[in-house]
Parts: sequence; structure tokens; C-alpha cells
Amino acid sequence: MEWSAPAIVLSARDFGEADRIACVLSAEHGAWRGLVRGGAGRRHGGTWQAGNLLAARWVARLSDQLGGLSGELVHPAAALAMDSALTSALLAAACALADAALPEREPHPRVFAGLFALVSRLALGPPLLAELVRWELALLADLGYGLDLSACAQTGTNQDLRWVSPRTGRAVSDAAAGAWRAHLLPLPAFLREEAAADTAAGDAAQWRDGLRLTGHFLARDVFGAQHRPLPPARTLLYERVDAIARDEQASIAHA
Amino acid sequence: MGGPEVEALIALLAKLPGLGPRSARRAALRLLQDPEGRMVALAAALEAARRAVHPCSRCGNLDSRDPCAICADPARDGSVLCVVESVSDLWALERSGVHRGRYHVLGGLLSPLGGLRPEDLSLAPLLARIAEGGVAEVIVALAATVDGAATGHWLSDRLRPFGVAVTRLAHGVPVGGSLEILDDGTLATALRARRPL
Repeated sequence: MEWSAPAIVLSARDFGEADRIACVLSAEHGAWRGLVRGGAGRRHGGTWQAGNLLAARWVARLSDQLGGLSGELVHPAAALAMDSALTSALLAAACALADAALPEREPHPRVFAGLFALVSRLALGPPLLAELVRWELALLADLGYGLDLSACAQTGTNQDLRWVSPRTGRAVSDAAAGAWRAHLLPLPAFLREEAAADTAAGDAAQWRDGLRLTGHFLARDVFGAQHRPLPPARTLLYERVDAIARDEQASIAHA
Repeated sequence: MGGPEVEALIALLAKLPGLGPRSARRAALRLLQDPEGRMVALAAALEAARRAVHPCSRCGNLDSRDPCAICADPARDGSVLCVVESVSDLWALERSGVHRGRYHVLGGLLSPLGGLRPEDLSLAPLLARIAEGGVAEVIVALAATVDGAATGHWLSDRLRPFGVAVTRLAHGVPVGGSLEILDDGTLATALRARRPL
């Protein structure tokens, strides 16, 4: 049994002194684990960093065996992200989510395509957070917990959608929200269908709202069902973006 | 083969880093062939180390004195503190002899993908040392991995309120290394960290 495909490293943990057990995500095969011989060594250590895009190959005698993974580095996303606290946090959060949320050996081509777009455009910096939120929405949808942000759950209108119900995951217009606003999750402008090109990337407050929105449903539906918390990397990313948003708001108020 | 005592000795030796069952068997055989000359001395050294060596209460280094020899050395530059992941990293830097400041052993790396959390690391003693004053620079000497970078950024955030300079080790071309054998990630970071010649 064997396959070869472009794959993104989601995680790699030490196994013995020289080897690692890695999990990679490919379009055709989904999240797939395998033993990387020499993966913890000096020669291959840099290859098996979360976020790196590889030309991966998996080989086993039987399909239900762990098998062996090998790979050649195609795009060193981990190394490119390391200098920036926000970019490295974003990359780690995306990889941790995919690693923990996706069932093994089940293809999720849309999730792979979204993650591929993220790791290949890390140079964009903070605006990539909007892409991450959209990718998390796609991840939720692929796992069967998609949100309906197309129309107001109460009135059916697709105008002035500003909120999301934390219970149903459906959008709510500002007019229909009424006194329930305090109980609803803000819908960031970059996720609204009518979002103009200049608001498509959003700002720090919107990224925080977007991460809060997807984080709520990931924690409740994906990880809550497994009695697990959100991956620490995702929590750290939210805290970092929240701090940036608060700094921005404070500087605006000061000005 | 040799009885349960020999098997137990081989099993214990095989748990040490760098030793597999085969090399552990060779080491055990060498010890057993010269019990008075090697085994007694080794047992005595192990027992003495067990009794005497403890983590330094200031930096986390392993030493028979507390504070350790590095922390107690007045010739060391106390204004530069080098933060390392483990005692083995501290010893590696000491072997090189290039760092004349002091150290702090963090006790691990944050793992964004699970594993160690902030509360598992030796952060509070580090912050206490900096709060005492006298530290002007903290060198973050952690692994050039995703976990090392995450820990470095997290540490930098925690140190910001103290107003000390926070630097990290460079990533790039190893001394004696040729460009053609380097991976793309190392080349990219080396290129970005270029300096005037």
C-alpha cells in the first residue's frame, strides 16, 4: 500500500530518539499519520514542522498499519512564519485545528484547499486572519456544523445582517436582534455577503469577532462533542488578536 | 542469559539516551567483566551524584551547589540573561564558552499543538529575577522550531512590561555549511537575516 501527494504537515511528535510520528493533510487522503524515520534528526527536523508543504509519500504493507511517511520540502511555511508572532500563531492554530478536528483517513479537499491557500500566502500578514476565519467556517461545514449566514433567521431578509445566534448558528439582522443583542455573536463585516472589496480583509476588531464566532461553534460542536477544549494554539491566537484589537481601540480613543 | 540481575541491568541501561538494547548489553558486559574496577566506581559516582546534585534555585541548572557555580560566579555578566529550554542546552552553550552572562532554564517549550502549557514552564522565577533589577538583556536561545518560535514570542510578550531588551539567536547558514545542502526554510531565514558586510 502506498500513495504520494502534496501534503501539509499538521503535527509531528517525537517517537524514540530519532523518529517522529507525523500527521499530514492531503486533498485525496485527508489527515493521515505515519512514522517518519529519522524525522527528529538534524537532517529532517526542519522538514517536519507544522505548516510545511511537502511532496509526501506513505508506504505500508497493509492499509490498516501506521506505515512510514517520507517527504520532500516544497514550501517552508513554518520557517517563513517564525519571525512574526501573529503569523506563527495563525499557522499553529490552523494546523492544530485540522489535526484535532478532522477524522483520520477521510478526504476533505475543501479543508485542504483552504489550508493550502493559508500556508502559501503567509506573507500577507494580519489580513490573512479573515481567510483563517473563512477557512474555519469551511471546516465547520465539512464536519457537518455549517453556519447559515445568508439570511436573517427571524425575518428572512439578507440585508443588514449583523449578528449570529449562538444556539442555531443562523444570521440575525440588526433590526430583528432587538433586546437580544447582548446574547448574540457579532457577525464581522468581512463575512457578510454584501461585504465590499475594501471590507473583505477586515480589521483587528473584526478578526477578533470572527475568531470568537467560529471559536464558539468549534468549541461547542466539534470539540465539545469529544469532551475536549479548543486546541491551546487556537486559544493563544484569539488572545493575541484580542490584545491587538484592544490596543487599536485604545489608540483610537486616545486620538 | 546471565540471570534476572543482568537482564535488569541491561534494561536500565537501555533506557538511557543513545543506548539501545544491543549497546546496553555491551555496556553491561563491560561492567560485569570488571566489577571492582568499573562497577563499584560507577555505583559510587551515581550515588554521590544522586545525593549532591540538585536544580539550582535561581536558574534551574543542575549542580552540587545552590546557587550553582554559574549563578555564584561574580565574574559573570549579570545584565545578560540567556533563556534556554533545558539543562542540556545550557551545557552546550557553556561548552562553546561564548556566553559570559547568566542563564535561566525554562524547563520545556510551549507546544501550540498540545502538550506543555504556560503554567508548566519556569516563568515566575524568571520574572522574579528580572524584577529584582540588573538585567538589561534577555537572550531567547530556544530551538528553531514551531514550538521554539511560539515560546519565544510568548516569552517576549511577558517580558515587555519590564522594559528589558529581548533578543533571539540567529537562524541561518551553519558554520562550515554549504548553501546547496541547506533546506529552503533555512535559506529563506538566512537571507532575511542578512547583515552588512
